[in-house]
Amino acid sequence: MSRTRRAGLAFTLMQMGQLARRSVMRTLRQPAQIVPALVFPLFLLAVNSSGLSSAINLPGFPTRSYLTFALAVPFMQGALFAAMNAGTDLANDVESGFFNRLALTPLAAPALLAGMLGGALALGVVQAVTFLLVGVAAGAGFAAGPGGALTILALSIVMSVGFGSLGAFVALRTGSGEAVQTMFPLFFVSLFLSSMSLPRDLIQTDWFRTIATYNPVSYLIEGIRSLLITGWDAHALALGFAVAAGVVAVGLAAASLALRTRLVRT
Amino acid sequence: MSDRAHTRSVVLGVAWRTLHRLYTTPALLLPSLVFPLFFFLAFAGGLSSISKVPNFHYPPGYTAFQFAFVLLQSSAFGGVFTGFGIAADFEGGFARRLLMAAPNHKAVLAGYALAALSRTLLTGAIVFGVGLAAGMNVDGNGVDLFGLIGLALLVNFAAGMWAAGIALRFRSIQAGPFMQIPVFLALFLAPVYVPQSLLKGWIHGVAGLNPVTAVLNAARSLLAGSDVHIALGFAAAAGLGALFVLWALRGLRRAENAT
Repeated sequence: MSRTRRAGLAFTLMQMGQLARRSVMRTLRQPAQIVPALVFPLFLLAVNSSGLSSAINLPGFPTRSYLTFALAVPFMQGALFAAMNAGTDLANDVESGFFNRLALTPLAAPALLAGMLGGALALGVVQAVTFLLVGVAAGAGFAAGPGGALTILALSIVMSVGFGSLGAFVALRTGSGEAVQTMFPLFFVSLFLSSMSLPRDLIQTDWFRTIATYNPVSYLIEGIRSLLITGWDAHALALGFAVAAGVVAVGLAAASLALRTRLVRT
Repeated sequence: MSDRAHTRSVVLGVAWRTLHRLYTTPALLLPSLVFPLFFFLAFAGGLSSISKVPNFHYPPGYTAFQFAFVLLQSSAFGGVFTGFGIAADFEGGFARRLLMAAPNHKAVLAGYALAALSRTLLTGAIVFGVGLAAGMNVDGNGVDLFGLIGLALLVNFAAGMWAAGIALRFRSIQAGPFMQIPVFLALFLAPVYVPQSLLKGWIHGVAGLNPVTAVLNAARSLLAGSDVHIALGFAAAAGLGALFVLWALRGLRRAENAT
């Protein structure tokens, strides 16, 4: 690599670091973003794991602990919150004019996008660690052991970045925090129409099972769930990571295109 | 115009305006229609095999079991959304002008409540139609169904008065989570997925203390044509309604003092 290219790369990384630092600090300084992202998934976990605990008596249910089964869901909800928070922050920047001022600087577009996703990444880490600790404290099983817990952490981070970039896409496309907020029900629907409450083979209603099978969220949940219940299931993990990588690829591509359009407008 | 005629015109005027605003603004109307339907489809469709759990006994089936919850949920959120409307009217300055113009301020509150009740009748009718289309069994007779509608309206009134109390105190839409989250918690700390007898652990104790549990059990009994828990359910809903009317009236007094 030539000295000029190396210097260019270092400059881009420095820009990225500055923006990522701002994004992380902004996320961590807003309890209104962090608290719901932690409390809401844990509340649903507590309610569902108690309310649906008799589901373990269904023939073929894969575990004797509904808590262990349900623990995969907060990680997915956490990724959805990452999408909302990343999108809302970016939309605020657009609405307040900060984004336009950034666009007038010699900042590289990929650095702008990657840096702005720093907050989603940080929130993803905080959430995943909290959910893991709560799971351990509540007595959930970790069939894959400590390595499995680290793999869950890695998958959650990829999911947070992926859904965060989808939130960024909506923010860049619309430039409106309200539009980002209206995406929340859509994300919520995708979660509920998945295998979050029962394994797909135990879903009795045909149309629901078909939707859950085509819904990528099912595979993200099942990837995490496999580490909690089965151990190292290569098939479930490969599907989980592939879907998460797909969300990252689609989200980043869409956000990059929206960014280019917005920079042209600026 | 007599005092009674004045009061009636204020009630009807506020209700008409609230409903007109609702039906001409899809962004306000659609969430209150779509969310109950979505929950109904997700719970009744996705969890129907829960009815195969040993000792699960509800003759009309799991679709009707979940319909009772979704009907009460949509009624409660119909009330909460009306609280959002009151808060938005204060933010925009309209509610202050309304309080200055209306001779009887309680009539303004009654107008919002009337709008919430009308709104919940529409949502309930749509959810009921979807339930029947989805093959829901209704074992109760006409009187039971009439009772179910009455119960849903009581829940709507209680939730509406709760949200109105918050809206009148804070007079800002930013207080929305304070209106919404307690209602959400109360609903989900009831036996949502299985009958109360099948709940285990801490939620069994909490559900036993939660008045919404009595209301939900009554709604399920009415759908099943049974008379178990019905009086208790109505008493709980009416008690909540009475409590939150006092809460809303005290909020109204604060709003009057601030205006």
